[in-house]
Amino acid sequence: MSEYITHEHDVLIIGAGGAGLRAAVEASAAGVKVAVITKSLLGKAHTVMAEGGVAAAMGNVDDRDNWRVHFSDTMRGGQYLNNWRMAELHAKEAPDRVRELEAWGALFDRTKDGRILQRNFGGHRYPRLAHVGDRTGLEMIRTLQDHGIHLGLDVFMEHTVVTLLKDGGRISGAFGYDRERGRFHVFRAKAVVLATGGIGRAFKITSNSWEYTGDGHSLAYHAGAALMDMEFVQFHPTGMIWPPSVRGILVTEGVRGEGGVLRNRDGERFMFKDIPPLYVNQTATSEEEGWRYTQGDKDAKRPPELLTRDHVARCIRREVREGRGSPHGGVFLDIAWIKEKLPNAPEHIKKKLPSMYHQFKQLADIDITKEPMEVGPTTHYMMGGVKVDADSQMSDVPGLFAAGECGAGLHGANRLGGNSLSDLLVFGKRAGEYSAAFAKENSSGAVNPDALATAEKQALEPFGRQSSENPFAVQHALQDLMQDMVGIVRQENEMMQALERIRELKGRADQVSVDGNREYNAGWHTALDLNNLLTVSEIVTRAALERKESRGAHFRDDYPAKDDQFGKFNIVARKGANGEVQLSREPIPSMREDLRNVIEEMK
Amino acid sequence: MATATFRIWRGERGQGSFQDYSTEVSAGMVILDAVHQIQAEHAGDLAVRWNCKAGKCGSCSAEINGMPKLMCMTRLNSLPLDKPVTVEPMKAFPHMKDLVTDVSWNYEVKKRIPKFQPRKPDAQDGTWRIAPEDVDRVQEFRKCIECYLCQDVCHVLRDHHMHDEFIGPRFLVYTAALEMHPLDVGDRREELRRQFGVGLCNITKCCTKVCPESITITDNAIIPLKERVVDRFFDPLSKLFRVFSNSKQ
Repeated sequence: MSEYITHEHDVLIIGAGGAGLRAAVEASAAGVKVAVITKSLLGKAHTVMAEGGVAAAMGNVDDRDNWRVHFSDTMRGGQYLNNWRMAELHAKEAPDRVRELEAWGALFDRTKDGRILQRNFGGHRYPRLAHVGDRTGLEMIRTLQDHGIHLGLDVFMEHTVVTLLKDGGRISGAFGYDRERGRFHVFRAKAVVLATGGIGRAFKITSNSWEYTGDGHSLAYHAGAALMDMEFVQFHPTGMIWPPSVRGILVTEGVRGEGGVLRNRDGERFMFKDIPPLYVNQTATSEEEGWRYTQGDKDAKRPPELLTRDHVARCIRREVREGRGSPHGGVFLDIAWIKEKLPNAPEHIKKKLPSMYHQFKQLADIDITKEPMEVGPTTHYMMGGVKVDADSQMSDVPGLFAAGECGAGLHGANRLGGNSLSDLLVFGKRAGEYSAAFAKENSSGAVNPDALATAEKQALEPFGRQSSENPFAVQHALQDLMQDMVGIVRQENEMMQALERIRELKGRADQVSVDGNREYNAGWHTALDLNNLLTVSEIVTRAALERKESRGAHFRDDYPAKDDQFGKFNIVARKGANGEVQLSREPIPSMREDLRNVIEEMK
Repeated sequence: MATATFRIWRGERGQGSFQDYSTEVSAGMVILDAVHQIQAEHAGDLAVRWNCKAGKCGSCSAEINGMPKLMCMTRLNSLPLDKPVTVEPMKAFPHMKDLVTDVSWNYEVKKRIPKFQPRKPDAQDGTWRIAPEDVDRVQEFRKCIECYLCQDVCHVLRDHHMHDEFIGPRFLVYTAALEMHPLDVGDRREELRRQFGVGLCNITKCCTKVCPESITITDNAIIPLKERVVDRFFDPLSKLFRVFSNSKQ
């Protein structure tokens, strides 16, 4: 093992977005030695792109809000496949996690009486999202980063983990490389927290950055942990669609929260045409009522544009399919219209949605205070992930924890906007706390030198190959495949074909060759990411085939209805002894009575 | 479809040369798209740092036709394409490979700045009440995406290499955000004067010009900090006041 640079810590955190940094802060506060590994520079992780806000039932804007409403909103949004204990913890703890950020320097927008302002968002009954204009994620990651750098964390920037290390059944560390020189490192640790985010780069049209290659999902799966709810991939209804090079970049739901409306080519507010039964009682019946809701009228119900993301995305797809789309194959999102209602609308829009204003102005030559945007669905978020214990966030593998997007359970079949930033705070903290406790109770595990040698050999194989297979070409082929065949609307025969093609792509991935040396070599890094992307793509496809119904973000053309039988279990994937994906249907534990009552009460 | 030529700096640790690559251009393309296309088609090992491709993370800073910019926010239609577009790494930091520089100095500087120190919570619920106007003032500074283009263009760092004496515009903005934070009670004027080199800025405003977030760095952050330092150390009245208050001790 002497040939590798070796680091030793109590808790190793893989990922430095909101969940990873929050876990690092907490573990460090518990007095253990903490390392954070990040594929990028510190402060650049995907959390930085979160726009609309962080959901926490503080009741600052509407005092009818409390954890019970937030809990039932989250469960309803997730179509009751959620881990109800996680939904409970999340709703109860989110307000404290937000206030704590303020004590570390975050500056949220304010109410007139000086408290944290909260805004409306899809699926949330009351204004609940604490925010900073439309750059809430930047504020959060910067706050955690600036707080964290004074805590003595060891941060390994631009390092990538290729495999987790185990000692018998338990975790003992991770093995990876640094981008700058391509040197291999052994990270020995008593506990490991995965906080690697999502899998959006498996799809062609995505709002996700290059880092989202399903690393945590894949690392955990190959280390023997279970993955759950992998069929549920969220397509955000509003991504940019024109010009082609910006396709997929997110347009925050905050636009609709501030009064933006969706229209088809004929100028129709098409969202009024299809209101799901679960939401009829909560949805406005006229355009006027919808507007009043966005302006804080407590007697008004929310406009249908603020229904859950899965539903809005499918309505947009329907309009486009049926020939009522915008010129570039989307629909119109209009915030400029509010000038009919507000005297200083352009200034108001620029103040509330500054990033959106600049994004459209700079990238699409569109002034959103004057004209509508063209938008369409974009791959946004992975509800599925590592199956964890609700309280501790520990996976089936002792010492291996997961938090944030790469963990599963809180969101069920569909995540509400704003619930990811609160998710990563609440469960990042818990993962930090419990991983530190685990590290205190356990000694270091051993590292098997053979496992290191094998991992190194595999990682270096693309350099020696005599083939013309290009890693970028394989990645693009996979993205096209997943977009077309396992995307927003699915059916059995297409997904069966997709599995076949994924198998072929695995063959091609085993043949990719790269030029140059090991220093900051994009081709090599892409070649190594392929393993993770292909692993998660296969599992997503298999789980989607298994769920023969439509629910939340998972829509089957061949099974368009919701089926109560499928509402009783989660689909769980494990790596079988033969190396193949093994799926099982695991019953959802029956809900505690007091929580059942809360749900009944809120219906 | 039309093609354009990109003259990209290739090499390691300061040694290298420009190489020309031709690639197809399409509607709405930005420099980062072109670099990615070149990477996928011609130069798999071309090093470029990027993340969000939406102007929010500040990773893809480079010099495009000599101007410090984010590659992801620079549209090709804003550049003359009849001659090669040059793309080079930032100059104020050590070169690593191709378009990537070693920006770790910035992370070390930030650690030296005394952290946020809030006053005691003053509301009954154990939190604070902050007027919206007090938030507005500082939020401009908190828009910073840490792309370090302001550091790159600042002549104190770029030409005079005074990295040990001067923290650069980014961290003067950061210090201003702390000093003007409505809850912060820290006092960083001593450090600003003696260690952070606020006096070295001679207000050429190059940093303000290149900021992709349009932060008014010089006028709103650096000049007020200079004034605070002057008030603290050079104002005759307060100097007199200090002399007397010290003499009592």
